[in-house]
Amino acid sequence: MLEIDLNMVNWARAQFALTAMYHWIFVPLTLGLSFLCAFFESIYVRTGDKEWRAITKFWMTLFGINFAIGVATGIILEFEFGTNWSNYSWMVGDIFGAPLAIEGLFAFFLEATFFAVMFFGWNRVSKRFHLFSTWMVALGSNLSAIWILVANGWMQNPVGMAFNPETARFEMQSFFEVVFNPVAVSKFVHASSSGFLFASLFVLSISCWYLIKERHIQMAKKSILVASVFGFLSSGYVALTGDTSAYEVAQKQPMKLAAIEGLYKGKTEAPIVAAGILNTNKQPGDNQDPFLIKVEIPYLLSLLANHSLDSFVPGIDDLVYGNEKEGIEGVAPKITKGKKAIDALALFKQARKENNDKKAALALVKFKENQKYLGYGYLDKPEEAIPPVALPYYAFHIMVALGTFFPLLFAVFLFYSLKDSLIQKRWLLPMGLISGFLGFIASQSGWIVAEVGRQPWAIYGLLPVKIATTNLAVENVQITFFMFLGLFTILLAAEIKIMLKQISIGPEEDH
Amino acid sequence: MKKQNIVLKFLKNSYAFYRNGFAEMLLGKKLWKIILIKLFVMFVILKFFFFPNYLNTKFKTDKAKGNYVLEQITKNASINKLK
Repeated sequence: MLEIDLNMVNWARAQFALTAMYHWIFVPLTLGLSFLCAFFESIYVRTGDKEWRAITKFWMTLFGINFAIGVATGIILEFEFGTNWSNYSWMVGDIFGAPLAIEGLFAFFLEATFFAVMFFGWNRVSKRFHLFSTWMVALGSNLSAIWILVANGWMQNPVGMAFNPETARFEMQSFFEVVFNPVAVSKFVHASSSGFLFASLFVLSISCWYLIKERHIQMAKKSILVASVFGFLSSGYVALTGDTSAYEVAQKQPMKLAAIEGLYKGKTEAPIVAAGILNTNKQPGDNQDPFLIKVEIPYLLSLLANHSLDSFVPGIDDLVYGNEKEGIEGVAPKITKGKKAIDALALFKQARKENNDKKAALALVKFKENQKYLGYGYLDKPEEAIPPVALPYYAFHIMVALGTFFPLLFAVFLFYSLKDSLIQKRWLLPMGLISGFLGFIASQSGWIVAEVGRQPWAIYGLLPVKIATTNLAVENVQITFFMFLGLFTILLAAEIKIMLKQISIGPEEDH
Repeated sequence: MKKQNIVLKFLKNSYAFYRNGFAEMLLGKKLWKIILIKLFVMFVILKFFFFPNYLNTKFKTDKAKGNYVLEQITKNASINKLK
């Protein structure tokens, strides 16, 4: 058995999860609020109505606060790559280098230039150029996100590369295959649209607070109208892109799909679990029911996974122990092949050290025969290939439940907005108020599904998380974990305090 | 010469734009203070003292880094277990 300090691995994972989740508080608001500001300003330029200018400037101020507090929080993740995840960062350096460099350049030149015009240029540049700049900030922010999601998409579905045993690196063979990786594309459209939805809920939430307090009523009504339209359309887009994302998960990461559905024994005409409580005693391979109670929708999982009502959807047991009838290879034979790949790699290394080219060539042939299973060679037992089930299962179902609720919420708000009777609907306003927080829950849940569902893999099928880490003392990671917890909590508290102050001040023309 | 003057004028105007923009900031000044403190904490304190790049610290060449990682990922190979 490989000797690894799993305590250190778990702390490193916890630290990465902490920093990623904090980072993801700020990012979706940037992605979505930038577009909302562009919409508000477009209406102002079109109508010439100064009230829309005040509305634009107000939301732009909140956008600026969020952007300022959130900026560079993602850099910490790159620090962690170099310190806690040195094996991983070395191995993927050739793949990640280009996308992350492009992201940095994009963000700096596009956002920074037009950002300055957006904030400094109100009375200095023409209306049209200012509006153009606002749109460029929105586009730039969203296009920056592509590159990070290309990197993450590659972790989930490694394509367009080949492992070079000379350098111990995955080397990019096709930039376009990496960029247009179907998992990356589906992730980008789903993540960015979730940002649009979250920002709409944010605007709705604050506007409802104003209506409850009977302050800035006109501004709040107009903001709700625009946010409801954008939010309703975004909700539909989120659902569509979520379907695409789920399809890609089913095709490329069937174990993740099985975990998020609590599916142990695969089925044809598989139903989807709409809601259910997992049986915490359930173990892979036993005959216990995975659920204490559940409500299913017939055929829907087969349709979601394979776009075919009568298709077979593999469960955890099929993927771990194999299913001959369905042509599914179990994990045990993959572990055997993976160990052959590792042995061949070790022999290759030894041959190179001895300057024995013939031995190296033979080892390379053996490695290439089994390299597809490299990651499995590090697993101690087949069950290690199973991610945690409960966390992604509940996160997925919370996300979908909220994703189903949001378009209804926006539809109701839009209806009463058009009838101009929102302020009379006192029962509706508190729902709008808490919707911002619900959007945050849905947003974070999505990433929990993506990243916890991917376990035990850092690179799916090729490198497990436990091999990706640096050989560090666990205390080092614990210290920085708590430092980050402190730093990010201070930043978040600062954002909330500054935002609340600006919200209490309200839009400028109302003073 | 005319082209040079146009470029110079553009640069002067851009500088004035940013200078006046920063000078007239109210909330923005507070936010910039937070950004600068945050960047100082991240890049000077955290990066320097707590997040050295492990491989860059221990090894000078890419070859050495590659050999180290290869050694790490082949630790559990059967030929190594016999040693």
